[in-house]
Amino acid sequence: MATVETGPGRHPGWFGYANGDTFGQVKDAPIGFGHMKRKEDARFIRGLGDYTDDVRLPGMLHGAILRSPYAHARINSIDTSAALAHPKVAAVVIAKDLETLGLAWMPTISYDTQAVLAGDKVRFHLQEVAFVIALDAYSAQDALQLIEVDYDVLPAIVNCRKALDPDAPLIRDDKVGQTDNLASPMWEAGDKATCDRVFAEADVVAKQTILDPRSHPCPMETCGMVADMNPNTGQLNIFNANQAPHAHRTVYAQVAGLPEQNIRIMCNDIGGGFGNKVPVYPGYVCAIAGSIVAGAPVKWMEDRSENLASTGFARDYLMYSEMCSKNGKITGLRVDTIADHGAFDSTAQATKFPAGFFHIVTGSYDLQGAHCQVKAVYTNKAPGGVAYRCSFRITEAVYLVERMVDQLAMEMKVDPIELRMRSFIRADQFPYETATGWVYDSGDYHKAMKLAMEIADYDGLRKEQQEKLQRGEMMGIGVAFFTEGVGAGPRRHMDILGLAMNDGAELRVHPSGRAVVSLSAQTQGQGHETTFAQIVAEELGISPNDIMVRHGDTDKTPYGLGTYGSRSTPVSGGAVAVVSRKVRDKARQFAALMLETRAEDLAWEKGRWFVRGDPERGATIESIAEYAYSATNLPEGLEGGLDANAVYDPPNLTYPFGAYISVVDVDPGTGKVHMRRFIAVDDCGVRINPMVVEGQIHGGLVEGIGQALMEIISFDDQGNCLNASFMDYLLPTALECPEHGFELGETVTPCPHHPIGAKGVGESPCVGSPPCIANAVVDALYHAKGIKHMDIPCFPARVWAAMNGNAQPPQ
Amino acid sequence: MAMQTPAPCEYSRATSVDDAIAQLQALGGNARILAGGYSLIPMMKLRLANPGHVIDINPLERELNYIREEGDHIAIGPLTRHVNMLESDLLDQHFPHIFREAEAVLADPVVRNRGSMGGSLCQSDPAEDLSGVVVACKGQAVLRGPGGSERVVEMDEFHIGPYMTCIQPTEMLVEVRIPKRRGFGGAHEKVERRAGDFAIVAASSALAIEGGKIAWAGVACSAVGPTTMHIERAEKALVGQAPSEQLFAQCGQMAAADCSPNSDGRGPADYKRHVAGVLTTRALSRAAATALR
Amino acid sequence: MIVNININGQMHSHDVEPRLLLVHYIREYAELHGTHWGCDTSNCGICIVLMDDPNSDQPPYPVKSCTMLAAMAEGYEIVTVEGMAKPDGTLDPIQMGFHEMHALQCGFCTPGMMSTGRWLIERHPNPTQMTDHEIRDGISGNLCRCTGYDNIVKAIRWAAAYIEEHPESARTAR
Repeated sequence: MATVETGPGRHPGWFGYANGDTFGQVKDAPIGFGHMKRKEDARFIRGLGDYTDDVRLPGMLHGAILRSPYAHARINSIDTSAALAHPKVAAVVIAKDLETLGLAWMPTISYDTQAVLAGDKVRFHLQEVAFVIALDAYSAQDALQLIEVDYDVLPAIVNCRKALDPDAPLIRDDKVGQTDNLASPMWEAGDKATCDRVFAEADVVAKQTILDPRSHPCPMETCGMVADMNPNTGQLNIFNANQAPHAHRTVYAQVAGLPEQNIRIMCNDIGGGFGNKVPVYPGYVCAIAGSIVAGAPVKWMEDRSENLASTGFARDYLMYSEMCSKNGKITGLRVDTIADHGAFDSTAQATKFPAGFFHIVTGSYDLQGAHCQVKAVYTNKAPGGVAYRCSFRITEAVYLVERMVDQLAMEMKVDPIELRMRSFIRADQFPYETATGWVYDSGDYHKAMKLAMEIADYDGLRKEQQEKLQRGEMMGIGVAFFTEGVGAGPRRHMDILGLAMNDGAELRVHPSGRAVVSLSAQTQGQGHETTFAQIVAEELGISPNDIMVRHGDTDKTPYGLGTYGSRSTPVSGGAVAVVSRKVRDKARQFAALMLETRAEDLAWEKGRWFVRGDPERGATIESIAEYAYSATNLPEGLEGGLDANAVYDPPNLTYPFGAYISVVDVDPGTGKVHMRRFIAVDDCGVRINPMVVEGQIHGGLVEGIGQALMEIISFDDQGNCLNASFMDYLLPTALECPEHGFELGETVTPCPHHPIGAKGVGESPCVGSPPCIANAVVDALYHAKGIKHMDIPCFPARVWAAMNGNAQPPQ
Repeated sequence: MAMQTPAPCEYSRATSVDDAIAQLQALGGNARILAGGYSLIPMMKLRLANPGHVIDINPLERELNYIREEGDHIAIGPLTRHVNMLESDLLDQHFPHIFREAEAVLADPVVRNRGSMGGSLCQSDPAEDLSGVVVACKGQAVLRGPGGSERVVEMDEFHIGPYMTCIQPTEMLVEVRIPKRRGFGGAHEKVERRAGDFAIVAASSALAIEGGKIAWAGVACSAVGPTTMHIERAEKALVGQAPSEQLFAQCGQMAAADCSPNSDGRGPADYKRHVAGVLTTRALSRAAATALR
Repeated sequence: MIVNININGQMHSHDVEPRLLLVHYIREYAELHGTHWGCDTSNCGICIVLMDDPNSDQPPYPVKSCTMLAAMAEGYEIVTVEGMAKPDGTLDPIQMGFHEMHALQCGFCTPGMMSTGRWLIERHPNPTQMTDHEIRDGISGNLCRCTGYDNIVKAIRWAAAYIEEHPESARTAR
């Protein structure tokens, strides 16, 4: 091996560039935590990312899906003859064909079944009906138009309130024993009797029906897959952007009856996930079936309308709630929810939690009693519900509780921050068990709220609001405080499809002293190639530039449940810290041999073991690594090499929290809302890389602007999806965000049980921002016109209607 | 499937305006003129438009992209890109600031690099910003047919319905003329759900004020009717009067009453009607302030 | 029909269907995968590339390559992200700025976003004086779901400042 200079930022000239940048090496990399630019940037800024649609395999064919124009209809016949006659079409697959492979229906994460291709009926607008495989993508789209389907249209249910009406059409007549549109029976948490008593004794009660409407995570890259079944070897190679590759592999093994070890899933680069890339979609199964049938690789990439209309949506919770106070403090909360799951129950959550973590709805408050109940219904809409940075329904829960706190504050005629300050769980009350059974391990809510108020100049804002009111101008100040539970989860409580929600990590330090750490987490932009290298760097003292982070390939990474629910830092981060410590402990054994002393006489400082009291005598991790692979005499029980693996079982979830304040200006003539400022104070425990944390927060806050002001998936009475393109599903641009940027602050309350004290932050900004902005708009309406509630999204027309006392839920 | 794509079609380039028209004639109604492409190509990808043949007139950039003063009007070539309209000092000098304001909120900066004035007007989307401005300014469209014959059409006759113009299958828009007016002031007000979106409602108002009185008025609203709505009643009420906030409020009410909005995803009809009034009032107020400067 | 397009200074020539979109010519025929696509309705800007008119002194300007037929790009020079760095690998200031200011996360919108950012700097008479509003308006045709835009604004500012200090670094790709 050629002699090379080692050390941070230096590499053979092969990848050298004139301005000193070397591929994947970052200047000024800290040895451990801290601000560090990203290693993965090197390929993305050069346009060398490797996304699913970039995959090209010899002989690859292209798939396209024919979709239903109706929300609910019986299929009488499907005539594929004209499509089959198209000179560039290789095959056309319909349900009948999949039945012979046992693939017409597939299991969902919620133990329901979902049609891969509709056979008897279509049950939502744009549901999958046929799969065309052609020589190129343009021809595949052409061939779709040649397929004739004869439908008998049936009445559609699009309103979840009507799903359980006695005369509602039965959607899931495919399920034996299903007599109504109940998808998941009533699930409850909290003590109803205690809660009733608290309400009976209350001074003030606020009541409201609140809809968190259907929206969509909408990553910039749509979903897709290249499936390559090798008929000679029985090896199925899959290129697929998904957030949980190992879990998917297990599902395909079960569903397709293939040996799990013969399936390899490679997630290279993913253009955003946000929960949209967690489920297994019919298109994936079609691509796999297509590859098996055609004996060639098959690529299926969905277009944007398919992504919006058929893949895992988010929210759609209709919540009736009451919140009460006594002696000026919030004391009780009760919530009754109808969850709209669409036509198939494919919500992605831990088995024991059919409503996800919604019961964290007691929020950040020291309540005396609480009760919540959730039932789920089927409607003629696309399946899904748990997605879009939701932490398993925590977005819905926090939206509800933070709207209710503001409602109650209005009834009590108290400032909304004042009411929160009085009612927060106090720092000395942690660990705190909530009325619905959560144990929050740590927090200091008052401190975060005060910091947000300071950054915002809250008193100044309220003064300004009064002055503007005198001049007929409408300004709103919104507040939201959230506590969420992330990092699922302890294996005794949490599984998905029976698979424990643990994550693995493998670390190997090479003879050169450089390392590779393999994860089961799956990055979609969160910066794992940098941050996880930083964790190893912090534990071992090797530069992050010398630590390769490997992920995304099921053949090369340990088993784990993937990245969603802000799991990466709490679970995979825990695994990486634990495995690094195992390596460090092994290194200690070698160092003892090298230094001819006992292991217990050694002390550690980042990068080396040294003899306690004689610091000159030490061994760097690099020299230990070389020794580990080359030592000729090792004692019994000590194996050569410097590597380890770990599976991390988190003892509890972690509880990041935050205090958010937003300022909006509302045009009284048009109802248009302008985002003026957004102040976000987040506590996510120890921050591995503040730059990455802040980037995550910025992104999540903009998603909140989207949900609060413009994002909705809505339907007409026939069940047609009205927002299946970017003409009508509106994402915020840079102009919809505060002109001078977000104003961030932080507090740090380390997580007591996490190996590095970190809590995770990926979803927090998307949890706290929608209610913050909704509260701001309502605050403007309240002060100007006495209006106490409107549902999001706050389109100009909807704000104007609310201003005139005509607020309606959007659907 | 991966991103929607157009149906099969043929493609040719025009070597001159008359060549483009001759091709239209030869292809017998199955061809569409392709300019910037930002109206036609999205429709082709969604397969809402399936021309058998597209005739690319972009090679005629030099002849057809111009804004020039010609006697009593400003002449604008059909391939003038939106970015050129936005940045034109000549346009802004003669018609402050109505064109600049509309172009600044039309689509997005990238689309404006290629999207053309002619393409937008011929698309005849009822919510389209530029159509509102041209109607308010009482522009004229010059249409050329086979053999070089030309006719001049007032904008009210040009837009005949949603996505429909009076252009015959063998005609092409070759110029738009905006009459110059002394004492001109104009403004464009728009409400949209998000930057770059089509208007929920837009109001384009233009005034010529001389000797303290309104000598001429143009009032139009977009997205509140089957085509750009021309609010003639307001124009009549304005001419001869001194500008005043009260007068503009009355004209706003006329705009609200006289337009015919539909309820759709952008908003219900009553909201749009209300906003047509609010925006017309605001646009007139600002147009007057500009005219009086 | 044969369509010849100059991409990043290299002439490509392929026999394609007339309806072939420029984004697919770039990705499938020129085999440059750095240009992505994200929607069907020309809203997202993920597919943006720079287009240079050799007959004009205007700087290369961003166009949505999903909304152009490949045939329409004949006679122009297209600059994709792969053509932004110099042949010796020196990065364009906009690329450096995006890295320095953490203006990318998943990287999917990045090529289009950098193209627009570069144009904003080149067309402005005084780029380091661009206001927040001007930059935000300038990138309003580019959607990003990951970054929340703040760092993108900072990256564009960083690049403008870098070019001011190193004028030779501007317009590197040819």
